[in-house]
Amino acid sequence: METTPLSSPDRRSLDLKIRQAKLRLLKMHYEAKVGHIGGNLSCLDSLMTLFHTWTDPQVILSKGHAAGALYVSLWSCGKISEDELKTFHRNDTWLSGHPAPRFRTEIPFATGSLGHGLSLATGLALGKKLQNQTTPTYCVTSDGEWQEGSTWEALIFAQHHQLHHLKILIDENGVQGFGSTSEVASMGELDRKIRGFGATVIEVDGHCPQDLLQALQTPSREGPLVIIMKTTKGKGVSFMENQMEWHYLPMTEAQYHQAIQEVESS
Amino acid sequence: MRAAAAQAWIDLCRAEPQFIFLTGDLGFRALESVREAAGPRFINAGVAEQNMISVAAGLAHQGFKPWAYSIAPFAYARPFEQIRNDVCFHRLPVKIVGNGGGYAYGVMGATHHALEDYGVLGTFPGMSLFVPCFDEDLKSIFPLMNSLSGPAYLRLGLDEKPSGYLPPAYQACRKLLDGHQGVLLTVGPLATSYLGPLLERSPWKRPELWALSHWSSDSLDLPLEFLTRLSSTTDLILSEEHVPTGSLAERISLFFMQNQITPRSLKSAHARGYPSGKYGSQSFHRKESGLDLSSVLNEQGSVS
Repeated sequence: METTPLSSPDRRSLDLKIRQAKLRLLKMHYEAKVGHIGGNLSCLDSLMTLFHTWTDPQVILSKGHAAGALYVSLWSCGKISEDELKTFHRNDTWLSGHPAPRFRTEIPFATGSLGHGLSLATGLALGKKLQNQTTPTYCVTSDGEWQEGSTWEALIFAQHHQLHHLKILIDENGVQGFGSTSEVASMGELDRKIRGFGATVIEVDGHCPQDLLQALQTPSREGPLVIIMKTTKGKGVSFMENQMEWHYLPMTEAQYHQAIQEVESS
Repeated sequence: MRAAAAQAWIDLCRAEPQFIFLTGDLGFRALESVREAAGPRFINAGVAEQNMISVAAGLAHQGFKPWAYSIAPFAYARPFEQIRNDVCFHRLPVKIVGNGGGYAYGVMGATHHALEDYGVLGTFPGMSLFVPCFDEDLKSIFPLMNSLSGPAYLRLGLDEKPSGYLPPAYQACRKLLDGHQGVLLTVGPLATSYLGPLLERSPWKRPELWALSHWSSDSLDLPLEFLTRLSSTTDLILSEEHVPTGSLAERISLFFMQNQITPRSLKSAHARGYPSGKYGSQSFHRKESGLDLSSVLNEQGSVS
């Protein structure tokens, strides 16, 4: 399906849905008393854009620790029920902290161990190419994940096989598990390194659906399209933004109410 | 066994529209015919085994029936997590083929040996394991593997059957020779290295020789004829080119305990790594591990 940039009314509608999803995301993390909220907030805009622009897009969430953003996006599209969402991170749930296998067709693969998703998406895209299908496969990775060698194996393979229907979205929030990506294992300008393999690379504001959709229209006939999404970890909640602890910590009641207030007033 | 495998893949390629083959950059003077037969369904995934297994999982999700091939340790050890997460968690029909199981790569060194492959992979629910004895077995095993809806591992080795020996029809577990000096059960092609010297002995002076070629993480089916052969007066020797942990000996011991089967004695011969620290042919390593026939029949260690 071809992508069309959102018109203004659609944009407003999507913005509203994203805000609702963000509130629900905060609520489910607060109620479940779990962390990982920072990396969820950095990629929520892109996931919501994908799921609200196309019908049943094939999305591999390689950064499985952002499972909440994936679940809430599917909830927003009516693919996951409110009752199911209430089970998030509890006993007897399908909605584990990282996506589980064989739950929904919208979640093709269990992810959570970084460095798997891009290879899986590459396999899907190669299969489609051999089947003469032209629908895209989207893969959302983290930026720290590019420290995994298997991710580069996948990029080399996807470029070699000219999988131009593979769209790689890198959530470049600059913060990883125990430091910033520049402190831990700096790759300098990631875009230049990926371009070095021949891929088409575009940088966008990862919190702007319009920018993302325009970038997704970029022709990439010789290999995958790589979109580096400049994002903010903990986007939209002042005390979470760019703070490493929100890779892990659950919210207190006071923090939750402040976060809700900030999102509602944004 | 590679030549027989190549022919079996060519046959499968013609019979199975969803067949697709991936190799980790191996197959020189062995798989060119497969490449020709499969055309675009032959993928050289390069020296990137982790990616190869995950790509295979993606292809399987897309409806293909992928076979992923490499030297045994590179097929199962390097991409272990990809096999677990991407293939087995999703019960996908990816067939992983390890060439040169056990000490088959001999003096090439320890990095090329696979002494724990089926033990490790046998920990994954739904994983089927195949260790053919003879080249001829592949004609039966490949269609069987292709028909499985879940993952499978195939360990290829060297068929050393003596000239003129006609293998019995393929079965998961089958008797290769009659004998009256106890029972010797082996895994895969190790049995073929015993055939020559055992055939030179009369049945009264040799053990009954059996070979196991197929089991799974969920089941171990041993034929009634084998089980009835075992009794309180029968000595059973298990011989396999695999470390004791995860071995057939371990598995079969549990099976015997659960089913109250009690041979007079049960002895295990297994891979012992590199006792001298030196390297040589597959035969050299078998001898060092006590897996050669004379050691197996005379100097076996007890099951721990």
